[in-house]
Amino acid sequence: MKTRAVAALVGTALLVSSCGGTTKGDAAPQQSSAPAATANPNAPLKQGLKIAFLPKQVNNPYFTIADGGGANAGKEFGAEVKEVGPSDANASSQVSYINTLMQQRQDAIVISANDPNAVVPALKQAMSAGIKVVSYDSDSGQDGRHLFVNQASAEDLGRTEAQLIAEQIGGKGKIAILSATPNATNQNTWIDFIKDELKKYPDMELVKVAYGNDDDQKSFTETQGLLRSYPDLKGIISPTTVGIAAAARYLSNSPYKGRVKLTGLGTPNQLRKFVKDGTIDGFELWNPGDLGYLAAYAAAALASGQITGAEGEKFKAGKLGEYTVGAKGEVLLGKPTVFTKDNIDDFNF
Amino acid sequence: MTALTEATRPGAGGRGLIDRLTRVRELGIVLALAALFGVTGAVNPSFLSVGSIRDILLNSAIVAMLAVGQTLVIVTRNVDLSISSIVGLTGFGGALVLADHPAVPIPVVIAGCVTLGAACGAINGLLVGMAKVPALVATLGTLYAFRGIDYAWAGGRQVNAADMPESFLALGSRSVLGVPLLALVTLTVLLAVGWMLRNLRSGRELYAIGSNPDAALLAGIRVRRRVMAAFVANGALAGLAGVMWAARFGTVDATVATGRELDVIAAVVVGGVAIFGGSGTVFGAALGALLLTGITSALAVLRVDALAQTAINGALLIAAIVLDRLLALRVAGTLRRRRYRDAR
Repeated sequence: MKTRAVAALVGTALLVSSCGGTTKGDAAPQQSSAPAATANPNAPLKQGLKIAFLPKQVNNPYFTIADGGGANAGKEFGAEVKEVGPSDANASSQVSYINTLMQQRQDAIVISANDPNAVVPALKQAMSAGIKVVSYDSDSGQDGRHLFVNQASAEDLGRTEAQLIAEQIGGKGKIAILSATPNATNQNTWIDFIKDELKKYPDMELVKVAYGNDDDQKSFTETQGLLRSYPDLKGIISPTTVGIAAAARYLSNSPYKGRVKLTGLGTPNQLRKFVKDGTIDGFELWNPGDLGYLAAYAAAALASGQITGAEGEKFKAGKLGEYTVGAKGEVLLGKPTVFTKDNIDDFNF
Repeated sequence: MTALTEATRPGAGGRGLIDRLTRVRELGIVLALAALFGVTGAVNPSFLSVGSIRDILLNSAIVAMLAVGQTLVIVTRNVDLSISSIVGLTGFGGALVLADHPAVPIPVVIAGCVTLGAACGAINGLLVGMAKVPALVATLGTLYAFRGIDYAWAGGRQVNAADMPESFLALGSRSVLGVPLLALVTLTVLLAVGWMLRNLRSGRELYAIGSNPDAALLAGIRVRRRVMAAFVANGALAGLAGVMWAARFGTVDATVATGRELDVIAAVVVGGVAIFGGSGTVFGAALGALLLTGITSALAVLRVDALAQTAINGALLIAAIVLDRLLALRVAGTLRRRRYRDAR
């Protein structure tokens, strides 16, 4: 189902500001503070760690990139990183994989949970067998993992999307949102923050939230409907990769191209053509490769005893620099990156 | 239904009467379409603008193409659930070849996709026609099998608009004399298949098989061969629809068209094709596709509350079917009375 692409859109990474001074491949342990109960911040990352990535679904481009980032990180610190997982994003399909990984005595499991609750019992068992568990992209229940690597906070994503569209239409005029399904939790959370941010722009009016159900055809139809029923529409925010691609494809061949601004969440490869032909001025996303990269480093730091997952602990994640564990064992990747025609060619995912 | 079944069989009555009736058979759906466009246009005139009509034609082109193919199969009292997977497989395959081997000419890619689709259809045909597996079960199996091959092939890859040649993407958005190219392709196929079903022996035999498979066999019709041919043709059209999908949407991964088979079957049934075979036309099926697409577009334009849309969509669908059914019954009644009169 297309919903997995949406579900995948749960976070962000931007390195740019945080990587100053760190050399790529720097796997040396962080010589710093943050003493925790049993954590030894000076412990070196162990060699030959076995880390398994368990995405929601293995044939999903988003996870292919994220897990590829994890594999790159593994190469840097000499770990064996592999990706296993179901081909459908069902709630229960990951449990048998967790059990298998436990029997294989992996050092760490990095999981994007299809269902936050369904995987917890199996993960707890793995944890009691000494396996370190890191969730990324989509969190599992808090007692089923040591750390959650969060790609972006919902608040950052929502507010920055509103700011992007405001900037593009000059802070004035009617806008609409083209979302995924009406009950998509991620999108609805972001939309609440978009609405809240829009209060700062009295001249902008959100006229409608349309739902393209993360289906190409439906997203096309909804885009057409928005343009026909609001002839003076100035901009559209589409906080879903399927929606923004469909809307861009429609706009690029219509008289509305360039006149109606489009922004939201998408991947650079998907939208490269539309940024270059002037349909889209700018859109944003986290870098999924960095997400996997950070998750792999977090898993290695846990497995090497550098950190335990307690709040305030610090660890170093290669080229991304140093990260601090936040409340509830969360590690935040960073603010979303904005892609425009000036920088889009620097990214390939 | 009986009267209609007979009406579509040649030689069952006066030629003129049949012609009139076939026309009437699609009348219900035409009226439903007129009502939909009329009401929506009255509320929001921009729905009837040239650009809007063009969009709706373009939106329905792919579903209509699939509905034409599906009609061939349903008329023989079978069904093909695997078409969405065939569209996915061929759409992704075509896009992948275009992205990785830009030197391959576009017509070769299109022909390749149609062939691949026909091959998938042949597998269905072998299972249903030769191995006598019930179509519902056989094509449910291939629905998963083809999608699985697609997943394995794609391996998580996505082909984006920037990866494909501009000339290919232009096929999905270009218009000829103001009519979208994809709609013209569908129209051409529709007319060709419609003519064949109506006039060729092979076409008439499909109806005979669907009306009564045993009788068809006894009458010397090569049932297996015809059923096989229907599945192959349907697969080939699904392959063509796959290329159209890639050209139209530009972003293609292994999940393309997932779940679309039900939309197509709905369009076929709304278009007056009997789900148990033996009657109905491809024109009806194509109109059904147009109606379903039209309803979705109309709801998007009418500023209907998004959360209520799905329910309203279903209600309108049922309304269209009821309207069509009432008209059909009325026509059947008229026909019966007239026959009774003629017989006296």
